[in-house]
Amino acid sequence: MNRRAGLFKSGQCRVLTAEDDWCWFVSLMVSKATINRSIVVKSKPSAIEKVCEQILSKLKANGFDKDDIFAVHLALEEAFLNAIKHGNKMDPTKEVKIDYSVGLDKIEISMTDEGEGFEPEAVADPRYGEGLYKPGGRGLLLINSYMDVVKFTERGNGLYMVRYKEKPRLAKRDDQTQV
Amino acid sequence: MAEIKPRISVEYAEKATIISFTDEKILEESDIKALQDSIMSVVEQTERIKLILDFGNVQFLSSAVLGLLIRLSKRIYEHDGQLKLCNITPKIFEIFKITRLTKTFDIYKDVESAVEDLS
Repeated sequence: MNRRAGLFKSGQCRVLTAEDDWCWFVSLMVSKATINRSIVVKSKPSAIEKVCEQILSKLKANGFDKDDIFAVHLALEEAFLNAIKHGNKMDPTKEVKIDYSVGLDKIEISMTDEGEGFEPEAVADPRYGEGLYKPGGRGLLLINSYMDVVKFTERGNGLYMVRYKEKPRLAKRDDQTQV
Repeated sequence: MAEIKPRISVEYAEKATIISFTDEKILEESDIKALQDSIMSVVEQTERIKLILDFGNVQFLSSAVLGLLIRLSKRIYEHDGQLKLCNITPKIFEIFKITRLTKTFDIYKDVESAVEDLS
């Protein structure tokens, strides 16, 4: 089955089998479409700018639309500000680690600060009562609203968030449209 | 029309003071602090100010800007002034809706309708 010229490995040439073809194709797809990176940045507000540029350009390259890019941008800004302000307490010696993976269907981001952590459940909802008139406390609400999955580590100093390109259809919504 | 720093432009109309944000993105804390200082200096110049904030150029903002707006509104309402927001793009308006700040701010389609509604 000499369908095409083969692969060069250690100076040897061999003909690709159907299985080789598939593995080669998949590895090419993965290497081209999924980007994994890990970055460590200082605790200063401007440090997120370059990270955003990198991540957002990869989202664009992988076909995410303007809404996705807006959402991820906002979540990144809010999460980073929380990490350096509430986590690292603006200590310039402390850093924030950002790991991300941009695939064709979703983006995953992990952000870890060097702070003591917090209990997300203990954060007051800024939409009600006095919270509505307080200047702060809306970052977490926006992250939760714009990302599809938001999880914190047990200690609370690490955040994992995901946004999917295609939203899974909800059974409930299907029922509602039938009524 | 007077230009204050690169962040805002100020127009004094018959009934109102109209401040337009000139930046597309309002993000950094230092920018927001500068923005707040600029707006506050305008607010403090006029007794019982009738202020209209025009968001027409703004495509992106963070929750820190919402904090600025709340601090600003407190200052204005404490001095019997009025504050109206207008020209907010759909994406930014969504942020106001999510945070329920549509309940605390008077938001209008454009400058004209905001001016018309001033008392």
